[in-house]
Amino acid sequence: MEQSLTDRKAFYQILVRKITILILVVSFFPLILTTGLLVYRFHITYTDKIQAHISELVQKHTQNIDTFLSEKLGNIQYLSKLFTHNQHGPDAFLEKHLALLKDEYGDVFTDLGLINEKGIQFAYKGPFNLEFADYSDAQWFIEAVKKPFYISDVFAGLRGHPHFIIAVKIPSAESYNIIRATINFGAFNSLVESIHIGKTGIAFIINKKGHLQTQTRVEFEQSIITSIVGQNYKDYETIFSKKKESSGKRFLCVSSTLKNIEWLMVFRQDINDAFSELWKTQILTLVIFILGCIAILLVAFLLPKNIVKLISKADTKSESMNKQVVESGKLATIGELAAGIAHEINNPVAIMVEEAGWIGDLLEEEDLKECENLNEFTRALEQINTQGRRCKEITHKLLSFARKTDTTVNDVQINEVITEMVSLTDKMAMYNNITIETDLHEGIPYIRISPSELQQVILNLINNAIDAMERTGGKIKIETKPSAIEKDNLVIAVEDNGPGIPKDNLGRIFDPFFTTKAVGKGTGLGLSICYGIIQKMGGKIDVHSQVGVGTKFRIWIPFQKVTDENIENEDNKTIKES
Amino acid sequence: MEDAKLLLVDDEKGFLDTITKRLEKRKLKVWAVYSGEDALKELKNNTAIEVVVLDVKMPGMDGIETLVEIKKRFPLMEVIMLTGHATVETAIDGMKLGAFDYLMKPCDIDTLISKVKEAIEKKRQHDEKIMEARIKEISDRMV
Repeated sequence: MEQSLTDRKAFYQILVRKITILILVVSFFPLILTTGLLVYRFHITYTDKIQAHISELVQKHTQNIDTFLSEKLGNIQYLSKLFTHNQHGPDAFLEKHLALLKDEYGDVFTDLGLINEKGIQFAYKGPFNLEFADYSDAQWFIEAVKKPFYISDVFAGLRGHPHFIIAVKIPSAESYNIIRATINFGAFNSLVESIHIGKTGIAFIINKKGHLQTQTRVEFEQSIITSIVGQNYKDYETIFSKKKESSGKRFLCVSSTLKNIEWLMVFRQDINDAFSELWKTQILTLVIFILGCIAILLVAFLLPKNIVKLISKADTKSESMNKQVVESGKLATIGELAAGIAHEINNPVAIMVEEAGWIGDLLEEEDLKECENLNEFTRALEQINTQGRRCKEITHKLLSFARKTDTTVNDVQINEVITEMVSLTDKMAMYNNITIETDLHEGIPYIRISPSELQQVILNLINNAIDAMERTGGKIKIETKPSAIEKDNLVIAVEDNGPGIPKDNLGRIFDPFFTTKAVGKGTGLGLSICYGIIQKMGGKIDVHSQVGVGTKFRIWIPFQKVTDENIENEDNKTIKES
Repeated sequence: MEDAKLLLVDDEKGFLDTITKRLEKRKLKVWAVYSGEDALKELKNNTAIEVVVLDVKMPGMDGIETLVEIKKRFPLMEVIMLTGHATVETAIDGMKLGAFDYLMKPCDIDTLISKVKEAIEKKRQHDEKIMEARIKEISDRMV
């Protein structure tokens, strides 16, 4: 029994583990797959979208700046054409056209100047005093001489203000002149500075050497700028890259080339900033995922335990029911067997007793008064008679074990039956110095059972208690009450303070033919008959005993809750029957 | 009291023979048969029989069937049931069908004899009353 208990515990543990693993696999696999797939796809889509958005923005601004530059270049080229046919002096020409340009574009053009092939500015109009300045060594002049037009990088120049220059060559018959315009750096810078995305998204322009052409708040590491410059550019195509500063900060870098000049438009944004929405979503997904995991873990570890607990309860119940079925089956089989044997034995015993009686008769008749063994004969015959009667008793008990005396079911008030049985046994108890106490709960409902069977059970338990305390004397306590443990059950407890039942015997007391009484005193059928009766009533009986302290038998008998409806139905029935 | 005349019916020959001997020794007039059918034949031929002691469990016609038949054919015959069953059910059934009393096997010979005598007493009183009634009827007719 205990072996099977540990076996079962192991089985339940395996069951718990199996269910847990199953739940974990079945829940986690799709959860991880779905979450991973979603996060991955969302990441890709969102990154694409952001890249497309930024690219478009950068392209647009690149085009804007290109347009700005080509427009200004156009202006100066136009001026150069006009100058060829100029009739007035160069100063008047410059003054007139600077005024016109300022009129048209505001503060974009700072000044205009004309330079001869030797690099001497022979005519100048503007806020500075730069007439006859010598530009022959200036980088822009050297470049401008080589090409029909030239746009310089931004530089401080002679004046110390950042600016850049548009220079256009005016060829003449023998030599050439160069017309030069200074573009207000501020106006140009504002075009680029106006590009803002998020908190850290800014744009700037660098030349091919990697020098900044616009103002920016951000400091750049040279290696990064070199890597940006070193990329392969095509017209109007943006290049997308992720860079990492030496400090570990990662940022997004989008760059494209200008058409008119070898400058690069660069857009830069911290990755954290650019993808903040994506990461917010990802964090949210992660939180949901973790919550889901916790929920799954809870379910996976709690649910199987509960289920298995229920299963084990059901198992225990069905097992005890099986045991009961086996037990009652055993009793029934023994009952039938006993009845058969009893019938068969009864007749031979009857004959033996009769024959003994006949011998007795003959002994009286014959002239055997002098026979010295006459007394022995009579004693032997007497003994045969006594033993025959004992056989009869046993067979009769066996038969009553097989067939209950009166099984007619009736509404029975248990308390009355107990009182009746106590009054029957009171005398015998008194002779043995035993007192019987009763504690009968008032208002116990009637139950539908066979009263004579209940009498048999109660009488048996009381008799057993009396037998147990025959020598010592003691106290028997009989108690009835509605059961607190079993719902809709009555409990009858018969308790004595006798010697108790040893543990070895406790498991066998309901077995047929098990007795500890002296040979000829008990058949060992009393308690098994009780057991059978209680089983048939749908109740149960158990025993608690401690050697030296006493024994307590408890009987549970179910009762039906009598509702008004039931009573009505029964009334109708009786009317119909009558 | 005159000697009681009784018919014993039981399929157990050993039991029946011994108890017959013992009863005869006690000055009872006893006939013994081993089946219900024989009992009915015997009763038909032998009008002296006053009481039948009938075993309940017999092959062929059992005790209860025999009892029903006896009560049908000889309503005034008294029957004592002898049963090996511990259950009183069959005995009660028998009493309901008109048996005088029942005894459980193995039974004490003196108990059996006293029951038989009670039954005979009752039958004789019964017979007497019938006789008286008939006499009364006849004498009434004369008046």
